[in-house]
Amino acid sequence: MNLAFKDVQHNLGRFSLTAVGIGMMLMIVMGMAGIYRGLIEDATLVIDRIGSDLWIVQRDTRGPFAEVSRLPKSMVHRVEAVPGVESAREFVYHTIQRQHAGKPLRMSILGLSWPTDKGEWLPLVAGRPLAQNHFELIADQTLGFQLNESIQLGKEKYVVVGITSGMVSSGGDGMSIVTLGDSQAIQFDSVGEALRLERSSRERRAMDVDLFLKQPQLIEHLSQPTSQLPAFSSPQISAVVASIKPGHVIEEVQQTIANWGDVSVFTKAAQEDLLLQGMVDKARRQLGMFRALLTIIAAVIMALILYTLTLDKLHSIALLKLLGAPDRTILGILLQQAIGLGALGYGIAFLIGQQLFPYFPRRVVITNEDLVQLLFIVLVISVLSSLLGIWRAMRVQPTEALMG
Amino acid sequence: MTETLAIETQSLNKVYSSGRTEVVALREATLKIPKGQVAALLGPSGSGKSTLLTIIGLVIPPTSGQVFINGELIVDGSHAKTNLRNYRRQNVGFVFQKANLIPFLSAIENVQVAMELNHTSTFKARRRAAELLDEFGVLERSYDKPSRLSGGEQQRVAIARALANNPAVILADEPTAALDSHRAKQVMELFAKIAHEQNAGVIVVTHDHRYLEVFDAIFEIEDGVLRRRVAVAT
Repeated sequence: MNLAFKDVQHNLGRFSLTAVGIGMMLMIVMGMAGIYRGLIEDATLVIDRIGSDLWIVQRDTRGPFAEVSRLPKSMVHRVEAVPGVESAREFVYHTIQRQHAGKPLRMSILGLSWPTDKGEWLPLVAGRPLAQNHFELIADQTLGFQLNESIQLGKEKYVVVGITSGMVSSGGDGMSIVTLGDSQAIQFDSVGEALRLERSSRERRAMDVDLFLKQPQLIEHLSQPTSQLPAFSSPQISAVVASIKPGHVIEEVQQTIANWGDVSVFTKAAQEDLLLQGMVDKARRQLGMFRALLTIIAAVIMALILYTLTLDKLHSIALLKLLGAPDRTILGILLQQAIGLGALGYGIAFLIGQQLFPYFPRRVVITNEDLVQLLFIVLVISVLSSLLGIWRAMRVQPTEALMG
Repeated sequence: MTETLAIETQSLNKVYSSGRTEVVALREATLKIPKGQVAALLGPSGSGKSTLLTIIGLVIPPTSGQVFINGELIVDGSHAKTNLRNYRRQNVGFVFQKANLIPFLSAIENVQVAMELNHTSTFKARRRAAELLDEFGVLERSYDKPSRLSGGEQQRVAIARALANNPAVILADEPTAALDSHRAKQVMELFAKIAHEQNAGVIVVTHDHRYLEVFDAIFEIEDGVLRRRVAVAT
């Protein structure tokens, strides 16, 4: 006869409610680990998906994900010319916030190097890759856009031609993927009034320059679009990504490019490390501390509940001792109940988590490794939390069964 | 002589200390209960009855003196000659004033658990528990929890549990206190029957003087001093 089970059966409602409570708490602990995993996956997603070997960014910056990086568009041709480089393409990445359906909507814009990159590598769940240089957009499903929906960004409307899954930034914002030119148009969009004011300002500044005073006909050129003025550079890109030819050592090509004075070069792994150490590390530590605290709180609550359950059956324990039950029998009852409570709570946490996590605003990635680790932790805290009850039970004297 | 005795105590003393205060609960208590006999232990509250019973039941040690069970020295002063919990499990049956059943076990499981603790297989324990409950007329309540049993039914289940391991010694502490006079007499006669049929030594602590005729020996205790009042030869 299993006395632990019989006692649980007798107090089934109470035990079940306790297990649900513990389960909810463990679900949060489980979710914290999942959020952390989600952060890492989201942060490294673009780098993984793009799959390039080298990231060339503005000198002394840490790349487009960590901070603002500006490179001239011509950098891609310089990189292509380096021995060992198989291909190079521009990379533009920035985050915007717009109103959509009456609500603020943040999205990260990723520019593809048209026509070499049409987004065939994207994890599309609906629609197709880009088919033209302008006004087409592939959106992640977290943004809530529908296929063929028109989205106003800047002065232009973009048609949603594809829907991706899991393409979010390290900040959790869904990505919109357009061509490089469109991404720059979105990034550097200015309203007409701002353009008029800027041109007017140019004319005013020109009045202070001798050249314009001596040749007033030059002032007419200042009212032309910026892109037609040689004094202004074309819109800049965030980075250049390069793939290395098979048989070449990535680090050697990296060193060659790094010798240029105007860029910094990172391998794919280094770019991922920068992301994780810079942007995700604090979040990781924060989540880690919450996990640790919640685990301790769960253990304390379990200990108190198990202690209370033990107090409720002190008389029965005294009676069992009077009947000659060895300490290991008493120990077995309490340990089995503690582990049962922990295991049941863990199961509830898993089941509820499976239903709830998909609705979390950020991705929750539950890995088998984390599940096994949490199960081990739950079993350990179950045993530890039963110690208080065991200590009390061991102090019970059989004579207590004879009282009252 | 000791080999024919179920229970024997020699000069038991028990002193409870609390700081500098000492309370003498038993003074030189000596008794002998032959196998197959039932003895009554009478005395007012606080006289030392329960202390004597718990010492004989190997629950608490005496300050000095000896306890023999079936002629074997089990306790000598505060020194145990064997693992007392194991020995108690195999050789001593308890019945209390309140039935003291385990609330989360059914009637049959309350009997069964005493045997399973004594390493009897579940199947055998279940069968014997059913036999005992049948013998005491509560078989039909086998699957009821103690809270659903009447006081008399609970007490009969408790007696069945006390007998489950065929103990050499049965100790009952005011087992009829919660029963009406008819049930009380039945229970007292039951103890006498058990002692005679199972060749066990039975001690029953009681305040009830109405059924003393069923006992083979009567002991009185007052202020920790034990004396034999009446002996009924068998």
